[in-house]
Amino acid sequence: MLESMDLSMVNWARAQFALTAMYHWLFVPLTLGITWIIAFFHTIYVKTGNEEWKRLTKFWMKLFGINFAIGVATGIILEFEFGTNWSNYSWMVGDIFGAPLAIEGIFAFFLEATFFAVMFFGWNRVSKGFHLFSTWMVAVGSNMSAVWILVANAWMQYPVGQAFNPDTARFEMQSFAEVAFSPYAINKFTHATSSSMLTAALFIISISSWYLLRGRHQLMAKRSIIVAAVLGVLASIFTIVNGDESAYEIAQVQPMKLAAIEGLYEGTMNPGVVALGIVNRDKQVFDNKDPFLFEIQIPHVLGLMANRSFNSFVPGMKDLVYGNPDYDILGSAQKMVRGKQAIASLDAYRQAKKSGDEEAAGTHLAAFNETKEFLGYGYLTTPEEAVPPVALSFYSFHVMVVLGSLFPLIFLVYLYFAKKGTLEQKKWLLGFGTITYFLGIIAGQAGWIVAEVGRQPWSIQGLLPVTIARTNLTAGTVQTTFFIFLFLFTALLIAEISIMLKQISIGPEEN
Amino acid sequence: MQAPLRQPGLIRRVFLFYYTGFKQMTVGRTLWKIIFIKLFIMFAILKVFFFPNFLKTNFDTDHERAEHVADELTRPAQSAMF
Repeated sequence: MLESMDLSMVNWARAQFALTAMYHWLFVPLTLGITWIIAFFHTIYVKTGNEEWKRLTKFWMKLFGINFAIGVATGIILEFEFGTNWSNYSWMVGDIFGAPLAIEGIFAFFLEATFFAVMFFGWNRVSKGFHLFSTWMVAVGSNMSAVWILVANAWMQYPVGQAFNPDTARFEMQSFAEVAFSPYAINKFTHATSSSMLTAALFIISISSWYLLRGRHQLMAKRSIIVAAVLGVLASIFTIVNGDESAYEIAQVQPMKLAAIEGLYEGTMNPGVVALGIVNRDKQVFDNKDPFLFEIQIPHVLGLMANRSFNSFVPGMKDLVYGNPDYDILGSAQKMVRGKQAIASLDAYRQAKKSGDEEAAGTHLAAFNETKEFLGYGYLTTPEEAVPPVALSFYSFHVMVVLGSLFPLIFLVYLYFAKKGTLEQKKWLLGFGTITYFLGIIAGQAGWIVAEVGRQPWSIQGLLPVTIARTNLTAGTVQTTFFIFLFLFTALLIAEISIMLKQISIGPEEN
Repeated sequence: MQAPLRQPGLIRRVFLFYYTGFKQMTVGRTLWKIIFIKLFIMFAILKVFFFPNFLKTNFDTDHERAEHVADELTRPAQSAMF
């Protein structure tokens, strides 16, 4: 029975997935982003023939290799977890994700295995042109290997191009193009890859700043900073633009998430954006308490962000839970009724099929099809369950936005002083610069918390809550592997940091 | 007269490319050790002992798996609370 399920298992399985994904994302953005920057360094070397650029390229390649080696295959553990902890979900989406993810794995493996080796071993052993081509192909291959997993994630947030088959209990793909090219998927891919490039640019800025502070490898550090800062400015501005587009998409397809990340309980015309605030943790969706203990608002901006219009209504969590007939908004309370009808129709359809009553089966199937878009709501026990954790969503979103707005300024300040030729004298800037990579990591992690916590309780938006997506296991089983992963990933992280620090301390090879 | 040196075939050249590349690695050797240890832990220990595929382990056919998931989906309909 649903009510007798061990819910703490769900929470452990979620915690385990979050832990694995967050550790995985410590390695991924650097791999995705730095390959492009290395390709630029390598191109400059081939164009100029200057050995200093070659030395510089080889140095950053080495650091990329360390990150790649430690991070490679950490994502495979997520697939283990799907099969063990989330078996219902895995079964239901297998038709949509199975083949593309397998193709991607094979494609990425061969692309990377071929060109990766040429990139590292090819100095003076293959032609300069082919070597440079290989470096670019590593960048392309690394980023291509992120496409399908991001498309899959986008589909879970916005499940288009599918139809639920009640005979196989699976979501089946109806339109490949709708799944692969949904606006949500495109925004997710561009946002993830551009933010990865800015994170990699911050990595280069951090290490180069450290060299300048120590008075070591100054020419290499300054050249690295200039290229990283130029690409960083472009990447960070692009990230802000597609981040804004993502917010618009969220407003259209996941209005509850938008309301949660903005702490908006009551829908209003032309609401403001909360620039800074302290969330009132005692606030419930059904009471009239103030949602914030303290807040600074920028008036009228949320309507523009959500609907591209100053003069528009943005629904709050209360509208989305209890409904708002004035704006034709169906609340989760009403959706729950239809969802329960969908479950009852599905059950009746299966019983009729088993007893061989085709006529009754047809009637129940028709009833199911009328309500199936609300299927997931039928598993909620209260309408308020449709609200994600507000404080965590709100703070994560605001940390991401504040840092994301700071990054282009950091790159511009670096460029300004580099152009003036006074960068190495600005100790305050270089000191701050050494920690900027960690700010990039924090922004990236916060972004994923917004994406994943903000969509709770759904594993597939509106169709499948996490309580049904999971396997019926005991919490103890998941707890054991949670701590194994914690140990394993921490050991890997320590290995990465120590090897990386040693190589940074050694610096680039001398000519 | 000395015969001109024959260039090795493509397969041998590719082999030598990788062989020499791996041989000249410095930090790469440590990284490969980490990769192999990691993959061993993942596939030989975690996957085998801690992460069985629930549906593959407990059911023999796709029909049985579909029935199980459909049962899970419709379980609330049999609940007194529903």
